[in-house]
Amino acid sequence: MDYLLTEEQIMIRDLARQIAVEKIVPVRAELDEQNKFPSDIMKAIAQADLFGIYIPEEYGGLGKKSLELCITVEELSKACLGVSTSYAANALGSYPILLYGSDAQKKKYLPDIATGKKLVAFGLTEANAGSDASGIQTTSKLNGIEYVINGTKQWITNGGEADVYTIIAITDKSKGARGASAFIVEKGTPGFTFGKKENKMGIRASSTTELIFNNCRIPKENLIAKEGMGFIVAMKTLDSSRTGVGAQGVGVAQGAIDEAIRFARHRVQFGQPVTSFQAIQHMLADMQTMTEAARSLIYSVSRFIDSGAKDFSRASAMAKLFATDVAMKVTTDAVQVMGGSGYMKEYPVEKMMRDAKILQIYEGTNQIQRNVIALDMIKEASRQK
Amino acid sequence: MNIIVLVKQVPDTSEVKINRETNTLIRDGVPSIINPYDMYAIEEALRLREQRGGKVTAVTMGPPQAAEALKETVAMGVDDVVLLSDRAFAGADTWATSYTLAKGIKKIGNFDLVIAGKQAIDGDTAQVGPETADMLGIPFVAYIRKIEKVENGKMTAERMMDEGYDVVETSLPALITVVKEINQPRLPSLKGKMKAKSLKVTTLTAKDIDADENMIGLKGSPTKVVKIFPPAPRGQREFLTGSIEDQITTVIKKLKEQSLI
Repeated sequence: MDYLLTEEQIMIRDLARQIAVEKIVPVRAELDEQNKFPSDIMKAIAQADLFGIYIPEEYGGLGKKSLELCITVEELSKACLGVSTSYAANALGSYPILLYGSDAQKKKYLPDIATGKKLVAFGLTEANAGSDASGIQTTSKLNGIEYVINGTKQWITNGGEADVYTIIAITDKSKGARGASAFIVEKGTPGFTFGKKENKMGIRASSTTELIFNNCRIPKENLIAKEGMGFIVAMKTLDSSRTGVGAQGVGVAQGAIDEAIRFARHRVQFGQPVTSFQAIQHMLADMQTMTEAARSLIYSVSRFIDSGAKDFSRASAMAKLFATDVAMKVTTDAVQVMGGSGYMKEYPVEKMMRDAKILQIYEGTNQIQRNVIALDMIKEASRQK
Repeated sequence: MNIIVLVKQVPDTSEVKINRETNTLIRDGVPSIINPYDMYAIEEALRLREQRGGKVTAVTMGPPQAAEALKETVAMGVDDVVLLSDRAFAGADTWATSYTLAKGIKKIGNFDLVIAGKQAIDGDTAQVGPETADMLGIPFVAYIRKIEKVENGKMTAERMMDEGYDVVETSLPALITVVKEINQPRLPSLKGKMKAKSLKVTTLTAKDIDADENMIGLKGSPTKVVKIFPPAPRGQREFLTGSIEDQITTVIKKLKEQSLI
């Protein structure tokens, strides 16, 4: 397949692939086993300039957009979703600043994010606010020249590892969804600590922790956009990041197919390689067809976003939904193709299958994606009447 | 600190196959890479520059396509590159190559240190480093595994030996060759790759570097290749492990099996 990538996009893909093959594949099993954050790999990604891909050139980035970010995420995900989650969560965390930050905030934070000197995390989820983001209980009260934050964020990717956190907190409870605001909190701010590191089923190389705010005081200038804009910032951030989660799905699916076919060509049963059996051939064909369809959707939605589209919630929700459901199906089938060997830790597909599951859950469950898609369809139909 | 790195473009030997009839390398379609040992030289030069400022220049002698190897060094962060390329350089042995490199380095001038890999993976001679140093009239230290310090025009470094290492001090400028223990070469960066893509590689000919035509290429090469042959294949070998007693028992058993004792 030719995806009509530019010479530069191919350069980005090849570099990300080189990192995946040389730096990630040799250590992914160990990172998974030991629940270990991939600091060395993050350094290699930084040195390769890949943290700056989607950041404008004026802030030290490469000024590329969604498609280039997706290509990078896809390549890293072929090797390890834990690593690609740590990388992609950085983009997620920086979108609030990129999309809504003031010029001063952009100047202060984006250059260090672009070089990978500072890692970022996004904090929305809480114990009582998952799919229902309006259940947020963390508060932020203006007190003179400072905001005082109290509350606990849960399951935050890059928690403890990131230097900069963009979080959503309630500034005016009486206003409901319009009472939330977005803030920048730096690691090391008094009153800001981290809770336990979660022990997860998959993406174990990524760090997931609580963020605990106990009378944490941050300067007034750390408010992103205006008070009350928090939900809009969060929703637009998620709209922008969803294609990246889809790209993770495409990457892990392709990684699993590549492993499965390599194995199946050499696995002999009934006197012949199992690839000679139609049962296996058809599975492989379906796996690749679905993955190719997911890739096409991710690339075309990314191109749509990059063309300057204003409203792309439905498109990015479809991209995330389809590609991650495909990832779950394909990684499960890769284990099946490899049989008992696929189930063993000697081969990477069992990890890929465990890792893939989170894609259907985080950054909006696939059920929520379906809500977004259907509501937008209904809204459009009602407008046409 | 201005550093010159010597690089060589070589066939990727992990991809090379041998024609069993003629016993020669099948070079067609074999990708070219930077000699792996030179990657450590590049990395060390970049690290020294990051610590001390200055400039890193990569130099190679080779056909026009060797420019690709130089571009790869730029993608890693090298500032400047020079390709020594001339039909008259063709057929050079290590002596003529070293002469050419030395002339090229003199032309570039203004350097504190020259770094090269300990040897190239195609010829495996390890001669070009020391010969080039000699022709430049500067000190040479081989097999550096660690640079300890650089100050007051001197460098202290660890030279790897078969057992342990020597701590060596040399005045600068000097030429050193490095071993793989010295560092882990970085990957290229995106900005570097973009810079490399549009780079026009500076090419110097024999005339540009004032080379004596009797000292370069085949003409300047005293080496005569009498015969090329692959070493006789070694028989099947086996490494025994376990306690000495077990190993001895196994050896005796195996020798008896083959009726050797």
